[in-house]
Amino acid sequence: MNNTYIYIGIMFLVTFLIRVLPLTIIRKRIKNVTLRSFLYYVPYITLAVMTFPAIIETTDSVLAGLVSFIVGILLAYLGVSLFGVAVSCCAIVFVCEFIIKLL
Amino acid sequence: MDGIPIALGYFAVAFTLGITAKNSGLTALQTFIATALTNASAGGYAGFRAIAENVSYLDMALTILVVNIRYFLMSCALSQKLSPKTPLLHRLFIGFDLTDEIFGISMAVKGNLCPYYNYGAMTVTIPSWATGAALGVIIGNVLPHSIVNALSVGIYGMFLAIIIPPAKQNKIIAGIVTVSFALSFAFAKIPLFSGISSGIRIMILTVAIGFVAAILFPVKEEETDE
Repeated sequence: MNNTYIYIGIMFLVTFLIRVLPLTIIRKRIKNVTLRSFLYYVPYITLAVMTFPAIIETTDSVLAGLVSFIVGILLAYLGVSLFGVAVSCCAIVFVCEFIIKLL
Repeated sequence: MDGIPIALGYFAVAFTLGITAKNSGLTALQTFIATALTNASAGGYAGFRAIAENVSYLDMALTILVVNIRYFLMSCALSQKLSPKTPLLHRLFIGFDLTDEIFGISMAVKGNLCPYYNYGAMTVTIPSWATGAALGVIIGNVLPHSIVNALSVGIYGMFLAIIIPPAKQNKIIAGIVTVSFALSFAFAKIPLFSGISSGIRIMILTVAIGFVAAILFPVKEEETDE
């Protein structure tokens, strides 16, 4: 039986190094245009990929997740704040799942 | 301030992670330490499963490396948001809590990123994350399922609020976001690819789409500096 605390130590060390190495090593502005462009697009792609289809998989009903996804996009498009969009998405799922259970 | 919706979402996710930890035989204290140190949902989940299976220490290290490799990309991207003068200690602290969500809000900051912005977010998110997980171990399934469900989409709502406004102003970003949604859905549903874990899927798609986009639509200097 391996030691749980050593496991936790390994989890911490590996996670920490992955996150910290690029931040500490890359200190200058990168000059290469392709690389700069790549890093410029990375956040949008990563966040988009993480959001969909995960948003329809975390909820019990796919429909509730989908409605929340579409309304979330609309609200964000209209310029609603971070907090506002997040709370609206939660409320929509809660209400949708409630209604679906009633039907 | 931006940390508060994240903290709420974290609490819900951490709670479910705590249930996994409990099933893997961890105590509330061990779970609290593990989650406070790693701040990673998929990484935590994979780690707890590995503990339950009593894998070798090397396997544990590899599992965590693969599941969390996307942070490597995020860290590269974030390095460009920091002022070149940012001292090492600040870089270490920012890296320590570079999560999907913190990355999202950090990239949304205009101009250079000030380390104290991250520290502000960390002071609400880390306690919420670790406490949520420990509570998940202790009280398990007490919180109504419908509430856990509703809270867990909050994070995605936040992501949308980060990526949609720039997409509205920039057609290229709008196209990239749309392609990302579509390919991500396809990868999750096509049987050939659906066996790939979500961490790996995120990484493969980010590299592939980002590379193609960078070649097709190189950005000029001023734009990346915002």
